Amino acid sequence: MTDKISPEDFERLADLASLELPAEEAEYLRKELNNQMLSIEVLESIPIDAETGTAAHGIPYDELNSAAPRKDISFQDPNRDEILKQAPELEDGYIVVPDISQEELE
Amino acid sequence: MKTCDLPAYIVADLIKTKQVSAVEVLEDTLERIRLVDGRTGEVDAPEATSKEDLSTIHAFTLVTEDHARNQAENIDKLIKEGEYPGPLAGVPYTAKDIFTVKGIKTTAGSKILSNYISPYSATVVERMAEAGAVMVGKVNLDEFTYGSSSESSAYKPVPRNPWDTSRVTGGSSGGSAAAVAAGEGAISLGTDTGGSIRHPASFCGTVGLKPTYGRVSRYGLIAFGSSLDCPGPLARNVTDAALTLQAIAGPDPRDNTSAQVPVPDYLQEMEKDIRGLRIGLSEEFFRVTYFDSESMELVENPIDPQIRGAVLSVAGFLAQLGADVVMNVPLPHTKYGVPTYFVISRVEASSNLLRYDGVKYGYRSEESFADLRELYRKTRGEAFGVEPKLRMLMGIYLSAAQFDKGYYELALKARALMRRDFEEIFNPRGKYHLDALLTPTAPSTAFPIGSVYGDSVMMQYSDQLTATTNHAGIPGLNFPVGFDKENLPIGAQVLGPDYSEGVLLRIARAYEKVTEKESWREKRPPILSKNGN
Repeated sequence: MTDKISPEDFERLADLASLELPAEEAEYLRKELNNQMLSIEVLESIPIDAETGTAAHGIPYDELNSAAPRKDISFQDPNRDEILKQAPELEDGYIVVPDISQEELE
Repeated sequence: MKTCDLPAYIVADLIKTKQVSAVEVLEDTLERIRLVDGRTGEVDAPEATSKEDLSTIHAFTLVTEDHARNQAENIDKLIKEGEYPGPLAGVPYTAKDIFTVKGIKTTAGSKILSNYISPYSATVVERMAEAGAVMVGKVNLDEFTYGSSSESSAYKPVPRNPWDTSRVTGGSSGGSAAAVAAGEGAISLGTDTGGSIRHPASFCGTVGLKPTYGRVSRYGLIAFGSSLDCPGPLARNVTDAALTLQAIAGPDPRDNTSAQVPVPDYLQEMEKDIRGLRIGLSEEFFRVTYFDSESMELVENPIDPQIRGAVLSVAGFLAQLGADVVMNVPLPHTKYGVPTYFVISRVEASSNLLRYDGVKYGYRSEESFADLRELYRKTRGEAFGVEPKLRMLMGIYLSAAQFDKGYYELALKARALMRRDFEEIFNPRGKYHLDALLTPTAPSTAFPIGSVYGDSVMMQYSDQLTATTNHAGIPGLNFPVGFDKENLPIGAQVLGPDYSEGVLLRIARAYEKVTEKESWREKRPPILSKNGN
C-alpha cells in the first residue's frame, strides 16, 4: 500500500509549517500522518446527496448565536507596555528579529 | 469531613453564614494539594519514576497560593462589611492551563509558552472572580488540549488518575478532572473540543459539562479548534456544575461567537422532575467503528459491556422516575465523527498555531539564525511537542492547495449530516421528538499510562462517543454512574438540543437523587485513604 504522504510531501509540509525536525522524528510523524489518512479516507464512503451543504460550524451563525457588531469606537489598549514586555527581545519599543529573507525576483 | 471534600454550594453557604472563613477553606485545599499532588508539572522535568511520583496525582502546573490568599481575604472582608460576596464565595477552584489569567503564567502545557505571563484574563476567569470563587492554581492538560489522556503535556510528571495512579486521567482536561476528584478544588474550568471535559470527567468519576457552542465565552481561551472549543465546568456533583455554569455563561462582546440567548436559572431548572421527558438510546453509541490498517476494512467493536450495562441501568432508573425511554434511535453518521474530527480540528488547529513564532511572546530558540524564517523553524521545531506538530502538519496537508483532495469540504458536509442527525431526533414535530439522548461517554474506563500514547489514531478513537456533539455544537453532560470490576469510574452522558443545559442538569440531578444511597457513591479515591486524609 503506498503512503499518501511521501517523504518529499512531508518535507514540503514541514516547510509550510515552519518546523525544523530531526530525521527520526520526521519519519515517526510521517508514519502517524499516513495512519490518520486511513481514517480520514473513510469519509469518502459516506453516502452524501447533492443537496447536502457544508457546515463550517454546528450551531447556525445568526443574530441569536453571535455577538452584535461592536460600536465603531477606537481606544488605546491600557496594557501596551505589558504586552510589549512579552517579546523575547525589545529595543526602544521595537521587537528585535533577525533579517527577513531576501530573494531576487527575476 | 474536610471542607475540601464538601460540595461547593455547601462551602459557599458555610462561608456566607460565617461558620468558616474563606481563608480556612483555602488552607484545607492547600493542605490537600500538599498531601496528594506530589511534584508540580514542569517543562523538561523528568517523568514519574520514584515511588512517590507514581503514587501522587500531579494535577497542577502552578499552585497560585498568593493569588488565592488575596482573593480569599477579600471575600472574608466583604462578608465582614456586610456586602454580598457572590454565589461561589470562597469556593476554591482550578483553571485548566489553557485559560489566560492576568499576571500569571499560562502555558497551554507547552514549552512554547513556558515563559508566558498573560497581560489579560479570560472572560470565564473574570466571571469566576466576580462570583467570589478563589483560584488555587492552573492544572495540567494535553499540550494545547491536543489529546485524550493528558500524557502529551510538556509539563512532567503528567497527571495521574486519583482512582488508580497507574492510569490516565483522560483528556485533555485531565488535571481538571483529577483535581476535582481528589478534593484539590471543588470545581475546575475545562474545555471540550472533541470530548475533553466529558472524557476525563468520565475517567475520574466527576460531573463534566460541555455547554452549547457559544453559551460560554471563548475570550482568553487559547484556541485549538475555533468552531469546536467550549469552556465548561467539572465538579463532584450536578449542583456545583449548575452553579458554575450560571456564573460563567452569557453573552460577551469580546467573543464574536458568543450567543445572545438569555441565560436561564439553571438551579431552578435542575430541581424539576423528569416525568414525561423523552430520553433516547442509540445503538450507534454502544460501539466503536474504526478503519483497521491490517485488514484494510471498517471494523465495529462493541464498547466495554460493563459500560453498556451501567448506561442501561441509568435508563432503568430514569424510566422509574417517569421518563419515557425510547430505544433504537438512529444517528447513522456517528461513526464518521472521528474521521471528520481529524479533518476539521486539524485544519483549524494548524491556523491557530501559526501565531507561535518566537517573535512577539513565548519561547524563542537560543540558536543563531541566518534570517527570520530560520528563527520560526528552529523555535517551533524545538518548542512544540509531537501532538501540535501532527496537528499542524495534517491541517496544512488537508488545506494546502497543492495537496487538496477535497477532504475538508467532505468533512464539512459530514458535519452537516451529523448536525442533521441530532436535529431530526430532537425535532419537537419529528418522529422521535426527544428531550435528550443518553449514551456512554467513553468506550472504555481509564487505561494504563503509556498503553495508548504514541498511537495517535487509537488515542483519537477514545473520543468517538463525544466528538459528534462538538461537530453539531449541542451540549453534553457527563455524570458518574458507577464503577467497573477494577474499581474505575464509569460515566454516562446526556446530550440535548441547543441551549438545553437546564434539561440535561435536570436529568443528571434526578439520577443523582435517586441513587444517593447506592453503595458505590460511598467510594473515595484510594489516594485519599492514605496520607492522613
